[in-house]
Amino acid sequence: MSAVTVGSTSWVDRVKGYSPPQRFVPVIATFVLFVSMFGVGSIRYEGFASPQVLVNLLVDNAFLIVLAVGMTFVILTGGIDLSVGSVVALSTMIAAATLRAGWPPVLSMVTVLAVGTLLGLLMGLVIHYFQIQPFIATLAGMFLARGLCYLISVESIPIRDDLFGSLSSATITLPGDVYLTYTAVIALVVVGVAAWVLHMTRFGRTVYAVGGSEASALLMGLRVARVKVGVYAISGFCSALAGLLFSLYMLSGYSLHAVGMELDAIAAVVIGGTLLTGGRGLVVGSLLGVLVLGAIQTFISFDGTLSSWWTKISIGVLLLVFVVMQRFFSRRQS
Amino acid sequence: MQTTVETGPSPTGVGQPTPVVQMTGISIGFPGVKALDGVDLRLLPGEIHAVMGENGAGKSTLIKALTGVYSIDAGTITVDGTPHSFSGPFASQAAGISTVYQEVNLCTNLTVAENMMLGREPHRLGRIDTRRMNQRAREVLDRLGLDIDARSQLDEHPIAIQQLVAIARAVDIDARVLILDEPTSSLDADEVSRLFDVMRTLRADGVAILFVSHFLDQVFEISDRMTVLRNGRLVAEHLTADMTQLSLVQEMIGRELEVLDRIDRTPADPAAPEPAPLMTVLGLGRKGSLEATDLTLHDGEVVGVAGLLGSGRTELARLLYGADSADTGEVEVRSRRVRLKGPRAAIEHGIAFSSEDRRAEGIIGELSIADNMILAMQASRGWMRPVPQRTKDALVAKYIEALDIRPADPQAMMRNLSGGNQQKVLLARWLITEPELLILDEPTRGIDIGAKAQIQQLVAELARDGMSVVFISAELEEVLRLSDRVVVMRDRRKIAERDNVDLDVADVLQIIAGEASSPGPADAAGAVPHQEASRA
Repeated sequence: MSAVTVGSTSWVDRVKGYSPPQRFVPVIATFVLFVSMFGVGSIRYEGFASPQVLVNLLVDNAFLIVLAVGMTFVILTGGIDLSVGSVVALSTMIAAATLRAGWPPVLSMVTVLAVGTLLGLLMGLVIHYFQIQPFIATLAGMFLARGLCYLISVESIPIRDDLFGSLSSATITLPGDVYLTYTAVIALVVVGVAAWVLHMTRFGRTVYAVGGSEASALLMGLRVARVKVGVYAISGFCSALAGLLFSLYMLSGYSLHAVGMELDAIAAVVIGGTLLTGGRGLVVGSLLGVLVLGAIQTFISFDGTLSSWWTKISIGVLLLVFVVMQRFFSRRQS
Repeated sequence: MQTTVETGPSPTGVGQPTPVVQMTGISIGFPGVKALDGVDLRLLPGEIHAVMGENGAGKSTLIKALTGVYSIDAGTITVDGTPHSFSGPFASQAAGISTVYQEVNLCTNLTVAENMMLGREPHRLGRIDTRRMNQRAREVLDRLGLDIDARSQLDEHPIAIQQLVAIARAVDIDARVLILDEPTSSLDADEVSRLFDVMRTLRADGVAILFVSHFLDQVFEISDRMTVLRNGRLVAEHLTADMTQLSLVQEMIGRELEVLDRIDRTPADPAAPEPAPLMTVLGLGRKGSLEATDLTLHDGEVVGVAGLLGSGRTELARLLYGADSADTGEVEVRSRRVRLKGPRAAIEHGIAFSSEDRRAEGIIGELSIADNMILAMQASRGWMRPVPQRTKDALVAKYIEALDIRPADPQAMMRNLSGGNQQKVLLARWLITEPELLILDEPTRGIDIGAKAQIQQLVAELARDGMSVVFISAELEEVLRLSDRVVVMRDRRKIAERDNVDLDVADVLQIIAGEASSPGPADAAGAVPHQEASRA
């Protein structure tokens, strides 16, 4: 029966008839978009095509990259985490307040990471064991975290700690006189670790399995509960880490930091090719998604004549295009 | 690439080995339904054990008790003599029991190898050893004689292949007990024989296999022993060799089989003048789904639609009902030109349609039997005029009795019902609206013979009372038994229309095959897969 013979062609045929696997197509699309934006930018604006502009995308968006990585885990299981922006703000507040109170900076950082992870864990437990919609559970988390910020202080708290100050200004010089901050390095490490976890560990593959079909994953005997709770804890940890990076970037803690940043993170993940229904997507895509968002901003600041609202407009258009494209792909598949 | 197979006598003669699995006095209840009541089951190593019963007899529930999906209310399960109470599928798997469910329960977004190995993939230095995982998957696939690229993504493959991958997964779990719940329903004849080869290999290795299938021929071909359930109770355990298909069916439905094959059709008197048609369609068609088709439907007539899967049977039904809008053609109902803009318009013209996909398009699992029945009637009256409770109760009670719906509790939740009973509730839903034309798309698919016979009987009665019925089924025997006229579809168009006089299955197959260059024998077999069951 010929129907059983599938996909066993010689490597010659494979190379000749190569088309990228379906699951890479959205990421490749994002990559092509990013490259062509840079191409257009370097033709139109002088100095756009310098390596430093490229690296600055990483530097300026390090926190968003980390946030998007956490969000990718959640969205891959078919969930959503609306609390991340508020957790970033809360993290900057906790960092600033504890430092002002004279805590050692390392303890302060550990506290921030612990609080973020715990918040995520709690939301995950609520979502899984009470079967609450992730949208609602994390919406509650979003209000809670934002409210806690005000409980700490209504005012902005400056960060004057030496370690924070030196970390925020320290740079690594790459060949070609390109400066890279430690925050950007941390963001890239997070992307690398996340990709490793998602593709090389049972936890990571179970994330994809749950997103593909939760019922099947359960019947396959996989630890669905652990993964479903785990992704929110990871997202909480990433939010706290992003909060630390953000406080290094801003050198202050403030209740109104990162308002709406959860939506930027979701947009980056979607533009990066991750399906909102779960099961398909790559962290690298989310990194590219953030870079695309950053490139739009750079584009507009280089232009100088465009109002900054054009950033939002372009993000909106891009998001729509990508979601429609995803729909197109998934329909063609079925 | 066929694996060599032991076809020697089944090992049942070799004394009486101790059972691997012993289930005793298992009871499980759902709100309003007693799904299992004190059922015993034992599985012996090196034996294929069939669990038989009608839909709703408790087969699936029994399996889910053994696999830890449902927790049991009473009874004991011992595996290798040690009592177990499974807290979930994970625990059951750990005890060496692996399962292939009726619907493919895999993740289509992962690769074939991952689907087979996930949960117990080989590790190296704390990470999944992908190379070794793929290699092991390939070994298992080779052992089963399957030529599938282990690295390809599962959704690149058709359902039949996915089913085989699911079995490969189960086989790889060094299972001592393998449960196959309707594994053959999406396989063609060739794939079934391949699966049976695999099952025989495993049996020779001493695996205890639990096999559930609607196809009696398959059960008699492969099984060594069978347990018969009825209404959630144990009827008996037999050696397959001691049984005949007839004795098995009688045990399953608990009564003599006279209902089958005794549907009397009163053929239309050829001398009588042609009555005014109920519905006439001329050149009805839709791009990409159906070529222009003419059809005339009369009161009190059953028109059967035959054809292979994908021949346009369902598309025709959906166009007649207005579920899809037609590009071309005219429709007349009672000699008045109408436009069927959608289901609402169709209902207003007295047309009812029961979809082939009852799970997705028919039942609402979260509502009660009564609510599901009243749905269409309420919709046709508009939401502003609620049906009085008393009328509702009376109607529901009437149809529960008339269609022998079990459980006979109007408040029982729809999703706890078996497939056959769900189908009956759907039928009742449309009958309550008192349609003049009832379109039934595969009303008897996946339901057992007893319920099938009841539904066929009912269709015949409805026609006798003057209703016009369009009856679509993949089973030619069924179509021929019920229909006054048979419409044959192929390649998305009507290729023939015959009065059902002296027509038999071979004739219809001839018509279907007629102009085709050469439909493979597998296709033809696929068109009439359930013959054996209805002939029994």
